[in-house]
Amino acid sequence: MKPHLLSAADLTHDDALLVLDTAEELARLADRPIKKLPTLRGRTVVNLFFEDSTRTRISFEAAAKRLSADVINFTAKGSSVSKGESLKDTALTLEAMGADAVVVRHHASGAPHRLAHSGWIRGAVVNAGDGTHEHPTQALLDAFTMRRRLNAGPGDHQATVGTDLAGRRVTIVGDVLHSRVARSNVLLLRTLGAEVTLVAPPTLLPVGVDVWPCATSYDLDGELAKSDVVMMLRVQRERMGDAYFPSAREYSRRYGLDGRRMTMLPDHAIVMHPGPMNRGMEIAAEVADSARSTIVEQVTNGVSVRMAVLHLLLSGDPAAHEATA
Amino acid sequence: MTPTQSNARTDAPGGAPPQRTVLEAADISRALTRIAHEVLERNKGAGDLVLLGIPSRGVPLAHRLAARISAVEGSDVPVGALDVTMYRDDLRLQPPRALEHTDLPAGGIEGRTVVLVDDVLYSGRTIRAALDALSDLGRPGRVQLAVLVDRGHRELPIRADYVGKNLPTSTGERVRVLLEERDGTDSVCIEAAAALGIEAAAAVGIEAVAR
Repeated sequence: MKPHLLSAADLTHDDALLVLDTAEELARLADRPIKKLPTLRGRTVVNLFFEDSTRTRISFEAAAKRLSADVINFTAKGSSVSKGESLKDTALTLEAMGADAVVVRHHASGAPHRLAHSGWIRGAVVNAGDGTHEHPTQALLDAFTMRRRLNAGPGDHQATVGTDLAGRRVTIVGDVLHSRVARSNVLLLRTLGAEVTLVAPPTLLPVGVDVWPCATSYDLDGELAKSDVVMMLRVQRERMGDAYFPSAREYSRRYGLDGRRMTMLPDHAIVMHPGPMNRGMEIAAEVADSARSTIVEQVTNGVSVRMAVLHLLLSGDPAAHEATA
Repeated sequence: MTPTQSNARTDAPGGAPPQRTVLEAADISRALTRIAHEVLERNKGAGDLVLLGIPSRGVPLAHRLAARISAVEGSDVPVGALDVTMYRDDLRLQPPRALEHTDLPAGGIEGRTVVLVDDVLYSGRTIRAALDALSDLGRPGRVQLAVLVDRGHRELPIRADYVGKNLPTSTGERVRVLLEERDGTDSVCIEAAAALGIEAAAAVGIEAVAR
């Protein structure tokens, strides 16, 4: 594996399977009386969040703590950033405190890349979402959730170890333009052998989507019957004006997943959502709360996957990591 | 003193060829049968026993031991696997490794007599990690250690309760254990580590070259 996790494209097929298999083993920790491993004792993980987040930050914090790392939470609000401190100076401060890993979320695409390759810090950098670019750990936890639901009978998670998603059809629906989740998912799912179709109104597909390794469509109903997985994306109103579609009601009618559309799915198909949801907008409450929905599982799986990522990035020979950097 | 001294005969040929076999399939079978009886004798039956194999090759050994114990006692002995990777003290010295499967028997380990089973006992660091892992899983009544081969060179105050064979080695040699379940054949051999970086091998405490 590369020394940082900045993009889902950094992961080879073998890397991705290593993360998923490690996460599968770590997921069993939840059944134990002591939900903690001593693996990262004495290491420091900094959560550097320039953008609001609940589940991702808490998930990374829980993951680091279950591996016995010390966690420092940094949020832009109430820090020197609000006084105008630059990313560089913040990074130098963290380096001076001896951060072994920095988990960064930033509103600017490419900020984690800058942090990893500028020489400001020596620790591993994990991208926890940068602008509209990527969110690789979300893609990993989504793949993990798909693998668990689709590749094994109920409860028999061990059977999924070593398997990928070859031939699975994944339909990602909604605001692809602003979605780092969609981009990371397309890249990772492709690596794992799945076929991805993006469904969105033309205004919410990014320029250049034709060179992405996936298909696109404007017609949700036409895609549902052949989907193993439907992933609904949040309409990111905070990143857009009003000009992308005529009204919320029209968007919801054409691209929202409601009870009627859910009946068009194959019996084994699952419904995913990275959260936070706009109930009634892109996903109806009856779908979100149905047995097909993996939304709560995704949160649980997120901790296991992030533990696997932190373990794989922070264990091992630091010199060897640097040699491949 | 371990009860295996009487078995410490050496069937290695003279001289030092690059690889010599020290235990054949029949020797391994006899050693396991003897250990099974010793476990029963020491614990006065199989009532509280739980066997936990340490991956990778401790696991098939634990299953074989359990089968022998069951044959003698007529009741099934719980068997499981205990992965110690996350508890190792050399995680930072080696490339990240995939985790092995930990599998506890349904009855758990609380208050039971846990017999850890591994193929080779060397520095003792794996067992140290296993003891830490065990204490996170529960509180066994007693913990004992059974190994197929004890090759010496302990770096920690740890000893085995049951030993298949005491094998005097130098730190420059590798002990290779092959088992039917994983490797298609049963044997234990010693390889001179001419090509191996001897210092490096000793420093990271390679217990058994399991690849």
